[in-house]
Amino acid sequence: MTSLPGPPPDLRSADAALAALLLAIDPIGLGGAVLRGAGGPVRDAWISRFRDLLPAGSHVGKLPAYVAADRLLGGLDVPATLSAGRPMFEKGILATADDGALILNSAERLETDKAALIAAAMDSGEAAVQRDGISSRLPARFALIACDESQAEDEAVPSALAERLAFHLDFSDMMSLEGSDASGIDTLRKRMAFTTVPAEISEALCTSAIALGIGSLRAGLFALKAARALAALRGHNIVTAEDAAVAARLVLAPRAVRFPAADQPEEAAEPQEPDAPAPDQDAQNDNSSPGEMTELILEAVRPVLPKGLLEALDMAVLAQSAKSGGGALSAKAGTRRGRPAGKRKGDPRNGARLNLIETLRTAAPWQRLRLKLAPGRTGIQVRREDFRINRYKQRNETTAVFVVDASGSAALQRMAEAKGAVELILADCYVRRDRIALISFRGRKAEVLLPPTRSLQRARRSLADLPGGGGTPLGAAIDQAALIADQVRRGGGKPLLVFLTDGRGNIARDGTADRAAALRDAAEAARALRVQGFRTMVIDISATPSDAARQLAGNMAATYLPLPMLMPAASLARFRPP
Amino acid sequence: MTARYPFSAIAGQDELKQALLLTAVDPLIGGLLAFGDRGTGKSTAVRALAALLPKMRATTGCAYHCDPGSPDAQCAACRKQAQHKVRSIPIPVVDLPLGATEDRVIGALDLERALTKGEKAFEPGLLAQANRGYLYVDEVNLLEDHIVDLLLDVAASGENVVEREGLSIRHPARFVLVGSGNPEEGELRPQLLDRFGLSVEVRTPGDVTTWVDIVKRRESFERDPTAFLAQWQKAEDKTRRRITAARKRLNDVAVPDDVLERAAELCIHLKTDGLRGQLTLMRAARALAAFEGAKETGIVHLRRMAAPALRHRLRRNPLDETGSATRIDRALAEVFGP
Repeated sequence: MTSLPGPPPDLRSADAALAALLLAIDPIGLGGAVLRGAGGPVRDAWISRFRDLLPAGSHVGKLPAYVAADRLLGGLDVPATLSAGRPMFEKGILATADDGALILNSAERLETDKAALIAAAMDSGEAAVQRDGISSRLPARFALIACDESQAEDEAVPSALAERLAFHLDFSDMMSLEGSDASGIDTLRKRMAFTTVPAEISEALCTSAIALGIGSLRAGLFALKAARALAALRGHNIVTAEDAAVAARLVLAPRAVRFPAADQPEEAAEPQEPDAPAPDQDAQNDNSSPGEMTELILEAVRPVLPKGLLEALDMAVLAQSAKSGGGALSAKAGTRRGRPAGKRKGDPRNGARLNLIETLRTAAPWQRLRLKLAPGRTGIQVRREDFRINRYKQRNETTAVFVVDASGSAALQRMAEAKGAVELILADCYVRRDRIALISFRGRKAEVLLPPTRSLQRARRSLADLPGGGGTPLGAAIDQAALIADQVRRGGGKPLLVFLTDGRGNIARDGTADRAAALRDAAEAARALRVQGFRTMVIDISATPSDAARQLAGNMAATYLPLPMLMPAASLARFRPP
Repeated sequence: MTARYPFSAIAGQDELKQALLLTAVDPLIGGLLAFGDRGTGKSTAVRALAALLPKMRATTGCAYHCDPGSPDAQCAACRKQAQHKVRSIPIPVVDLPLGATEDRVIGALDLERALTKGEKAFEPGLLAQANRGYLYVDEVNLLEDHIVDLLLDVAASGENVVEREGLSIRHPARFVLVGSGNPEEGELRPQLLDRFGLSVEVRTPGDVTTWVDIVKRRESFERDPTAFLAQWQKAEDKTRRRITAARKRLNDVAVPDDVLERAAELCIHLKTDGLRGQLTLMRAARALAAFEGAKETGIVHLRRMAAPALRHRLRRNPLDETGSATRIDRALAEVFGP
């Protein structure tokens, strides 16, 4: 995502400096910031400037991306519990950060479930703990600085978090951080409390957000707050159109998913005006209509919109889906042994984790007796038979990886039917709650349209949007499929590869249109795949069963199925994963 | 405790608000699932419900706040007592946060008492707290599977059975299960889906007026919660009185046979799985009639509740872009005429 042709670095630098100030004025209200780009001196400078801006004594903590739920929320303090002989609670990272800020490094590696915990704390301002026999609520109001160092397209800050952070700043290629001087954040905070927003400005900000295709109300609220903080900074009590325009540039522009047409705001505002005679003080302000104001705001936003907005959108959706799918792609081999699934009696060896709270519970009823039997001993008497260990459920669900040939030759023939076949298999996946990934290949390369996800909605969307036409880079497609399947297997899942193709590759791995090389590459890739031993099937989508596809299946040791004209139920059963 | 945004001040989201109110009128409707876009105030609405609900009578000193008026639903201790001391308490709305562990959900041995005094005492969990009230799970689709299984068991039986650490306890746990989530994070297991009586789809409003209302109100709430709450107090009181009145009326609202037949016809037409859908539809339609002060349940009520009661029970063709709401609309038109 870092390669986007965004606004020039110097403009971004000034905005980033301003964002740090605004965030320091209203850290809780604005939630925080996503800092995009590889770590470097400029980003560090931004963080330390933000830290310096906060009132003296504010706690700024670190939040590791691979944090465990009990550290996040708080849990049993093991040494204290053992020495005190009764359960002692230890505050988690979130509660410790109350009234301060948290820096999350490598935010793109944070798992979805942890992101949801942080998001819940940001919403309620509390860390709610219901675990390890502890029930507690502690205030946890903090600003979150999420450093997004994602390199690959399929990585991104979990959307549940990004959504709750007002500023999305891009630090790539930024050489220096613009200076700014602000002293007395306390005074500015007090002043912000008195700033008011004229009705037509709120309306203009909301209209702009809608015109930019922003789907979340939080963005509108953030823009409003940023505008108020800005007004406080500039020393006026009523938010001006200019404040709003700058706030929109900072908050709304990075979230934009569509380019507003020049006349869009008028159109958007028009139908609203007659049927909604805004009940408030809207009428007295006659100097500028919300429509004009909106145009002013959009004018400010336009220059900073990334140029390839459409591609940017595609990438964002792709990146999101990688996260939303349960973070399976980020689960490296061995670091995750599945989801917790209760506890059982056992020895905490061979890597099993002792569940202390359950162990103590088991030991508890025997304390009097054991102390009586062993006079002179003090503290909690825990014996080996009390040990309880955590049980994890391995994820071994099937992930169906569809590799769809969208090239000209295939598209012309049976694209619709191929889609139909995928749909039938997908319907089955839903019932079984399997996961789905979608790879398409056409032109010069193979593309992961959908990383493994459980969301049928996404699968549906990507499939419907599947473009067609161009060459057939079969070799590259097989390589890509093998890569995904390997990731799935390392995450503990069972991959099932389904190729929908006519088998007529004509683009070599290096992207050249050389039929002979293409065939060689495809055969080589197919044999490499065979060695991996994944369950594979090839569905031949050519008009009449073709030798090319049959041969491909042979090379992969895959099940070969010609796509029948109409798919009867009996043949559908053969698609069913085991 | 931080101030909660008042229910009446939530702009838009009419279907969600309506459905929540109906679960308050008739808790037997069986819960609510709110699935949809981020930042649309799903959890705000559910949490706001707590302040809106009328108080209930409960046995003093009982961890499960048993109803002194219905002995059948009482815990063992309350049933033994001939006389109950009664107090009036708010209907509990209990949050089941993500990351909750099994011991805190179902309850477990009270560790502190066991370690320090050697007593074997039961420490009730969230299910006990939620008895006769609401259990709310935000991001329900991210809940760990074994916790989900546990909720399913209890929701079905209305009783929490604890057999662990030498404890053997059973206590009533009847609650309205409310879940919310974002479908992009993953689908919900079909078994759990079916347990929710009603389901609503929450979308970001597309019109400027609603946006502006929402953003403005939120802003003024955050600036001065006390003043904001005072401003909405009247509306809140009014809704509360409506709920109380509807509850009293509920059992007197008749469901004529022809309405029952039409409901059955609709369910058959839509091929919904099982009888649960039809029952929920009837209950919801009756609750709506009671809430709106009608004497008997009519086709109007049936039509309006068809989507929330049935949309999550349709056999899914996951790639059919036609939303379930459209399919229900079509069926309604076919069964009842336009």
